[in-house]
Amino acid sequence: MPEHPQPRRPRRETVTHASALGDRAAPRLRPRAPHPPARSEIDEQTTLGHTYVRSLMRSQLRAALTALGALALLVGTLPLLLALPAPEALVWATLGVGVYPVVWGVAHWYVRRAERNERDFTGLVER
Amino acid sequence: MNQTYAVAAVTAVVLATVLIGALGLRVSRTTSDFYVASRTAGPRLNAAAISGEYLSAASFLGIAGLVLVQGPAMLWYPVGYTAGYLVLLVLVAAPLRRSGAYTLSDFAEARLESRRVRRLASLFVVGIGWLYLLPQLQGAGLTLEILTGAPDWVGGLLVALVVTCTVAAGGMRSITFVQAFQYWLKLTALLVPAFFLVAAWYGDGAPRARFDAPAVLREHTVVRVADTVRIALDAPLTLTVTGTVDAVRYEERSVTLDPGAHHVGGGTVLALPPGTAVPERRAEGADPLGWSQPLAGGRDGHQLYATYGLILATFLGTMGLPHVAVRFYTSPHGRAARRTTLVVLGLIGAFYLLPALYGALGRIYAPELALTGSADAAVLVLPDRILGGALGDVLGACLAGGAFAAFLSTASGLTMSVAGVLAQDVLPSRAVRHFRLATPLATAVPLAVGVAASKVPVADAVGLAFAVSASSFCPLLVLGIWWRRLTPPGAAAGLLLGGGSALAAVMATRAGLAPAGWPHTLMAWPAVWSVPLGFLTMVLVSLATPRTVPAGTAATLARLHLPERFTAPVPAQEARR
Repeated sequence: MPEHPQPRRPRRETVTHASALGDRAAPRLRPRAPHPPARSEIDEQTTLGHTYVRSLMRSQLRAALTALGALALLVGTLPLLLALPAPEALVWATLGVGVYPVVWGVAHWYVRRAERNERDFTGLVER
Repeated sequence: MNQTYAVAAVTAVVLATVLIGALGLRVSRTTSDFYVASRTAGPRLNAAAISGEYLSAASFLGIAGLVLVQGPAMLWYPVGYTAGYLVLLVLVAAPLRRSGAYTLSDFAEARLESRRVRRLASLFVVGIGWLYLLPQLQGAGLTLEILTGAPDWVGGLLVALVVTCTVAAGGMRSITFVQAFQYWLKLTALLVPAFFLVAAWYGDGAPRARFDAPAVLREHTVVRVADTVRIALDAPLTLTVTGTVDAVRYEERSVTLDPGAHHVGGGTVLALPPGTAVPERRAEGADPLGWSQPLAGGRDGHQLYATYGLILATFLGTMGLPHVAVRFYTSPHGRAARRTTLVVLGLIGAFYLLPALYGALGRIYAPELALTGSADAAVLVLPDRILGGALGDVLGACLAGGAFAAFLSTASGLTMSVAGVLAQDVLPSRAVRHFRLATPLATAVPLAVGVAASKVPVADAVGLAFAVSASSFCPLLVLGIWWRRLTPPGAAAGLLLGGGSALAAVMATRAGLAPAGWPHTLMAWPAVWSVPLGFLTMVLVSLATPRTVPAGTAATLARLHLPERFTAPVPAQEARR
């Protein structure tokens, strides 16, 4: 995202302790410039802020489970189908070629859906 | 096969790797460069690097070998490797990136606020990493042995040395370039010969591969059996033997073997006339195939179960492989991590169309490899077998170079992540100097084990790493990202019980402790029960210890799921890490 440009050449420094835990003590959710109300709710971790986060998590989880369901249905059932007497060419065609576009298609749908969820969320919070 | 060409190709790949790695040495300055390439790798570069790292020896050589021996059902391996990335994408990709940690252990600590869980996770990262490194080094040994006749430890040592040097020198920044280069190298190395081979096959009248009956030799074939094998014959077989069969020594004698089982001594040379059905090899005791056959399912009634075991292990195990997970931290933000994964799915899907082709051609033109136990070499010998002459030599060299790229890229990714964890959790500080000390340690252990232990078929040892990862890190990541009530005791119990039982079951099978029949199948393919076991343990123990839910859970989950614009740290802070 372009709004956080990195400095070109970071200074060389000795690192002593830099675990991910390090900066949680000082919450990253720092308030900046004048925020719309919903946004500061999230920043300050109020109950309402948590509700916003939960709603985003729920919509993302729904997208994820839909994608997994599609994978289970389209690919996960193949061993059962292929266990039926089938011409060998069918096994080659499905496992060798056919599965890959299906997997990619599901992934493509998911990425678009997840980005739309995030856009909707941003719109809701920053309105 | 022409040794000069092959050695030249392998040398070129090794030199290119070292050279690109050396470039990385000049641009890698900060710790952040070292571990995560300063998080500046864009989706295209990063996706090629991820694919380059992921397509290991198991993909380049192993799948074709398995298909040659056991037929198209083995294509579940590449399907599983690919679908694993889809599961990774939908469940963990963006949150994993947003967690802002360097390794899986960092994630465990950040999410659960517990040093103990962190150390346990580190143990699993190192264990899975070594399990996965072992077949890479052995595969390199096998390849170099076939190409040059060098002893089988030379290739492993060569790969270990090159990888140790590049990783220690340049860290993540330099291996990102190396691995992106190696993806395109591997794809080209497999694609170009494939065109010639398919053209030759078509010119040959397009013979069909048969998998429902023993493969038939097309011409007079001489095979050398490396280790003692037991073969089973359905019909009498007349062949010329130099060596021992059924404890009788022969010197270039024509022998007729009766139907039934026969022992062929190690080092025996068999000359088979054209039209012979290739004798079927039977698993036995410490025979390497005794390891691969139960894992690969066999043709008995347990095959459906074994297939689902493979599916669960690969679909869910990908997200927990240490070298895969660490790659997501190099994306600049969560959205880029998702888009990167989408590109990766396209790249590895395109690659996996090829090994199946080599497997089928191998079944037609080099079926005797199933007998000698070096089916993993099918990809390498095909150009010589089908085309021959100078063209065959050049294409064979091309494939050898590609195979070496596969060993080098996967081994460097694994070494990177194992060394990262060793440097953080074993050595006193995570300064670059300690990382450089940890690198040789990360490669020395699997190298030593590989020299000491007997041969492990490449694709199956990788399968074991997947099963352990699916039963340990998959529950940790999925529940850690999506479930608020996960507690440190729950996570620790789930890791130990899920991952531990999967590892113990497969090891016990390998040691021959599993009783025949269903118990054997259940233990050889643990994922079907060990993944639910891992999840269930984590959930139940977490519910039983509700007071230990980490205090910062809500803030952590917000950081994992919110787009960066709401949570991004001040850029300067990021650069300083």
